Amino acid sequence: MTPDDIKTRIQSALPDAEISVVDTTGGGDHFSATVVSSAFADKGLVDRHRLVYGALGEAMRGSHAPIHALALTTETPEEYRRR
Amino acid sequence: MNEPLKKRITDTIAKGRVMLFMKGNPSMPQCGFSAAVVGVLKEIGTPFESFNILADNELREGLKEYSSWPTFPQLYVDGKLVGGADIVRDLHARGELKKIVAGAPPAASA
Repeated sequence: MTPDDIKTRIQSALPDAEISVVDTTGGGDHFSATVVSSAFADKGLVDRHRLVYGALGEAMRGSHAPIHALALTTETPEEYRRR
Repeated sequence: MNEPLKKRITDTIAKGRVMLFMKGNPSMPQCGFSAAVVGVLKEIGTPFESFNILADNELREGLKEYSSWPTFPQLYVDGKLVGGADIVRDLHARGELKKIVAGAPPAASA
């Protein structure tokens, strides 16, 4: 799994999203992602993360999933501009 | 998901008002993310129950499906999923976690 693979999958579910993904250990299984999308408006953090997990589907499911850990930051464009 | 497993999951979530599903146990977490959530809960001083998902593969896989959440740790308060390690740390940094644990409904933006 590469950061670009992850970015592509999230992008297909959230077309408007600005996404940055970092391979935090260099091992291709622990990642950190920031996703900024208007789709997160009016959603709680749990539902925001579920949207991203849903986009990654099988890549995060099961004991042999290629993604072992994904640290997520999910913001709307307004929240991102404010910080 | 079969009914007995679903019932086992809901019964286990109901074991504590503040219920943490983690890798390992609070005195010996087996994952940095689980350790981080234990640390936050200890910091805010709330009593909590925990369940070691490494010791029960059926419940581990079932809970992922039940909660539509593919990773652990998972923290529940009053039977509701609060989040995983990122969300718990984020809520704690904003002072929200203590309120949620105290029984306040989460803020709309949380």
